[in-house]
Amino acid sequence: MEKKTLFDKIWDAHVVSKIEGGPNQLYIDRHYLHEVTSPQAFAGMRERNLSVFRPERTTCSPDHNIPTLNQDKPISDPVSRNQVDTLMKNAKDFGLTVYGLLNPKNGIIHVIGPENGYTQPGMTIVCGDSHTSTHGAMGAVAFGIGTSEVEMVLASQCVLQPKPMKMRISVEGTLNKGVTAKDVALYIISKMTTGGATGYFVEFAGSAIRSLTMEGRMTLCNMSIEMGARGGMIAPDEVTFEYLKGREFAPQGEAWDKAVEEWKKLPTDEGAVFDKEVVFDASDIAPMITYGTNPGMGMAIDGNIPSLEDIDAAGQISFEKSLGYMNFAPGEKLIGKSIDYVFLGSCTNGRIEDFRAFANFVKGHKKADNVTAWLVPGSWNVEKAIRAEGIDKILEEAGFELRQPGCSACLAMNDDKIPAGKYAVSTSNRNFEGRQGPGARTMLASPLVAAAAAITGKITDPRDFM
Amino acid sequence: MREKFEKLTSTCVPLPIENVDTDQIIPARFLKATTREGFGDNLFRDWRYDKEGNKIDSFVLNNPAYSGNILVAGKNFGSGSSREHAAWAVAGYGFRAVVSSFFADIFKNNALNNCVLPVVVSEEFLQGIFDAVEADHSNTVTIDLPEQTITNNATGESEKFDINPYKKNCLMNGFDDIDYLLSKKSDIEAWEKNR
Repeated sequence: MEKKTLFDKIWDAHVVSKIEGGPNQLYIDRHYLHEVTSPQAFAGMRERNLSVFRPERTTCSPDHNIPTLNQDKPISDPVSRNQVDTLMKNAKDFGLTVYGLLNPKNGIIHVIGPENGYTQPGMTIVCGDSHTSTHGAMGAVAFGIGTSEVEMVLASQCVLQPKPMKMRISVEGTLNKGVTAKDVALYIISKMTTGGATGYFVEFAGSAIRSLTMEGRMTLCNMSIEMGARGGMIAPDEVTFEYLKGREFAPQGEAWDKAVEEWKKLPTDEGAVFDKEVVFDASDIAPMITYGTNPGMGMAIDGNIPSLEDIDAAGQISFEKSLGYMNFAPGEKLIGKSIDYVFLGSCTNGRIEDFRAFANFVKGHKKADNVTAWLVPGSWNVEKAIRAEGIDKILEEAGFELRQPGCSACLAMNDDKIPAGKYAVSTSNRNFEGRQGPGARTMLASPLVAAAAAITGKITDPRDFM
Repeated sequence: MREKFEKLTSTCVPLPIENVDTDQIIPARFLKATTREGFGDNLFRDWRYDKEGNKIDSFVLNNPAYSGNILVAGKNFGSGSSREHAAWAVAGYGFRAVVSSFFADIFKNNALNNCVLPVVVSEEFLQGIFDAVEADHSNTVTIDLPEQTITNNATGESEKFDINPYKKNCLMNGFDDIDYLLSKKSDIEAWEKNR
């Protein structure tokens, strides 16, 4: 029998047809939708006088534009408000499930999908958002699409996609103290570069990946796009099943047992061939931080920024432009540098485990006076768990406040903008110029590195406290 | 019916920067519109204008010497988010093709879905265009979609480029994927029954 990869098994089972010399017509099991990349798709549906083909397969949640304070009041920015209202109206007009502001199920779409059991192994999942790769952690083929493709899914439950190549990235061994899934992601991206996996769908494998919790796996898969990959995924196992069991929209009872039996057939067959294989040693990974303006520009937190000679000729202009923006010098260390903002949240690190890790770290310490900290849960469910576990009390005692859920400062579409020239240690996924606000200087890191920065007011190695 | 793409000869706007991400092409704060129009005005917004909204003279789009329908960019153009607004901004500004040695996947799809042709060339060929345009900004490039060739008219050098035949057909005839998928509804229903 043909040996197949996890990716092949799921992709091939969803191909409705193959266009000769063209893309595959791929059936989509689950479609997530938010307010920013959907209005033009609904407008297109109206122009063509179409109804949604399979409304039960689409779930909507406004997340990008929403404020993280006073969500009970109307959104003050009229343009943001209009975009959120437009989503609510579109969902109603087209008969789609939507979790609007203050709905207990509202939150970042990539957080609420898994936590409500919508995301399941073996599915094809799309959303007009590149971080759809998050859902690959459950053993699904999940990837971001553009607005034209959102319209295709609404109209036909299919997209046209060339089948990507396959890459396996294995991380073997035991992770060091203070090293989280976020550090694994930043380390891999720093080695692969920001375009190193373009054209590929990546399966993460190896003992270090197996050892990650379900939420850690989501953090890792979330950032697959930052090395250019179409998506990232991890084979479902007991960790996956245990996470999913009993969640509202997961199969229940007999259907559950049957589903698990099927999901157990998904892992890559021994001997299946990938177009590319990369292996990393877990023991080489330290807590990471980025120093530049793309997620591939990362290093060990106690390391040095590369010097100009380390960069190939074609990349030197971009490298210098990047360091100029950050106001860092080639070759220097970041440890000890003063910072202004800390952001805990986003679809990368806005889940309950991230808040537990941050709270455990800051417990018994005080927030540094020079730091403004924005702690933004990924969903109301996460917020509820934070309160149920008493994490809010720990944070409060350490001088931190909790905000309301949303994408927030990850891309600063709401009021949570880092001011120009200020330094932010951010648990989000992108350090592009202006990503967190015009002129903002972002350093990506794990919740532990963010916590260490928040209590010391400067770039600090979290291992010094552990 | 969309605009058809066949053959294009134009001067170029050079952007010899690598890893140009979609947050530079169109910053997130401009994504709040509910139509596809108007994004061209904010293409490369934060490189084009300062905080007060004044033009930054050193940026290429503000240099009257450079104009044309072809954007020529460094390696890995369009990385980052899936926002189709990036393709709308590029198209809205008036570019009909982007030439680079490497494109991010989602941007490439989005561009093709908006009649903007992403043309992948070798590093050497890309450098050749940058050199020609730097030497004389009136130098042109010709992109011939039916023949799948791109020619640096200053040097006469030509290169073949790849595009899948389905997408080529769509661009040349102004079809889009939704037309195609809508024609397949009964096949999709049959597939659902048999899965």
